[in-house]
Order: sequence, then C-alpha cells, then structure tokens
Amino acid sequence: MTYDDIFTKVRSILVEALNVEEDEVTPTSRLKADLNAESIDFLDIVFRLEKQFGLRIPREDLFPESIFQGDPRFVANGQVTAEGLAELQRRMPYADLTSFRENPRLDRIEDLFTVDLIVRYLQSRLATPAQ
Amino acid sequence: MRWTWIDRFLRLEPGRRAIAVKNLSWAEDYFADHFPGYPVMPASLILEGLAQTGGILVGHAHNFQKNVVLAKITAHFQREAHPGEQLTYQAELLDLSEAGARVRGTAHSGQELIAEADIMFAHVGREQLPPELDDPQFVFRGELAHLLRQAESAIPSPPSGTSS
Repeated sequence: MTYDDIFTKVRSILVEALNVEEDEVTPTSRLKADLNAESIDFLDIVFRLEKQFGLRIPREDLFPESIFQGDPRFVANGQVTAEGLAELQRRMPYADLTSFRENPRLDRIEDLFTVDLIVRYLQSRLATPAQ
Repeated sequence: MRWTWIDRFLRLEPGRRAIAVKNLSWAEDYFADHFPGYPVMPASLILEGLAQTGGILVGHAHNFQKNVVLAKITAHFQREAHPGEQLTYQAELLDLSEAGARVRGTAHSGQELIAEADIMFAHVGREQLPPELDDPQFVFRGELAHLLRQAESAIPSPPSGTSS
C-alpha cells in the first residue's frame, strides 16, 4: 500500500473520529493543535486504525504518553536534553524531529503527533509480516 | 444518588452485546418541563440510558473490577420519543482494550430507529483518581448493584447439544 493509499484511509478515520472536514486533514496536521484531538480521541483513533488495517497496535507504540517520566537525564528546565532527544527518536522512530530539535521544549512534544506520523507508522507496520 | 436510566436488562451476551429497555411514562418529572404541553424525552437521557447499557457490557468484560467512564459520544437522532413508548437500547461492543472500549448503540421504539450513537469509554484506574476519593472503585456500586444482578441473570445459558 502506498503512502497516499494509507493517507486516504487515515484521513477518513480522522474525519469520523474527530468530526473534522476532509480538507482540514493534511499530512502535516497536528492532531491536537490543528484537529482538536483530546486524549480519549487517541484511543478512538487507535481502535479505528486497528479495524481498518487489521493490526494490533500496542499501547504506547504509536502515541507514547509517558516517554520521559520526569527523568532528569531526559528533561532539564522544561527542555528536552540531547539524551532525551535520542530517547524520543528511539520511542517515536516515525516522527519527524527536525523542527522539534530547533526548539526542544517539553510541551512541544504533542506537536509530533501528526497525520504523517500515523501514516509512516502504518507503512512500517504493513511492510512487516504479522507476527 | 445515581441516576438509573434503564428499567430492565433483557439480555447480556458477554463481550458482544447488551439489550435493555426504558419505559417512558408521563408521570416522570422531566416531562413536565420538557416541554410543557409537549412531552419529549430529553435526548441526553436517551444517551445516558444507552451509555449505561454499553457501560455494563464493557464493565462485565473485566468482571466489574475496572471503573468504566463515559468519555466521548457521537450521536444521531431520527425522531423524538414520547410518553407511552418503550425504548429498546442495544449496545454492541466494537473494541475493547486495557485503556477503554468503543461501543455502537441504538435506541428503537418497536422497529423504529430513534437514535444511534458511537460511545467511547475509558477505564479509569486508581492512579488517575484524586487521592482523597474514598472508594477507588466508584462506578459499579450501590444503586447499580440491582441492575448488575439483572444483567448477569440476562446472560443466555449456553445451548445444550447443538450449536445455535
């Protein structure tokens, strides 16, 4: 399945789950800031993705909630440290960290949850045969 | 006090679906104000009954040990419901995980569809509750106990011999 095929399906799911218009959903849309997703919506989206794509998506796999757990190695003065960035990349390998690295404020992590993140995650999962 | 907006549990198929009924009587207080001279069952109370039906279905999946909390609902209504009608609430379990569940609910009067809803429930654990809360298992308690017993007794017995 191509990126565009997956994106089209993901867009329909987001239209249903978040009650948004189709043209509001682009690859760069941030789920919270742009599409107004709340925390329960992330669970709703995961359920719908599992059905649509026939996958099991383990908790914390696509949308990790507690990456740093207040660990001082990862966060200092509200900024994600270099070690934290490495951890973030490890936990969210599908996220594009380019812009985040320029200003790694802890509260900007939620901006990493984009439509593109979902599509890239699914691309990778669908390329791997089911366990 | 807890508002119970189901009159009777008819059927509970664990992990699949639940069916309950609500009878609408003009003697119920809310009809006096909603609306004077034109009694209509408030849509929010139909959803409450549907969510209670679905919530018990979800709660049963973990033996009522987890708090099941209504977190999100998307509903469409076909028409108003009036005194004298009996609403049948059917909840079908779509998804279930440690974090929560998704249920599809419908409300019918006879064969006629009154409302349908997609309902998200969250499982709320002790760590998400305020520490001063006396009873960390606060959902399936008290006045709901009778309804839970009714729900449990509405589980059909397995067919003997041949499959159904």
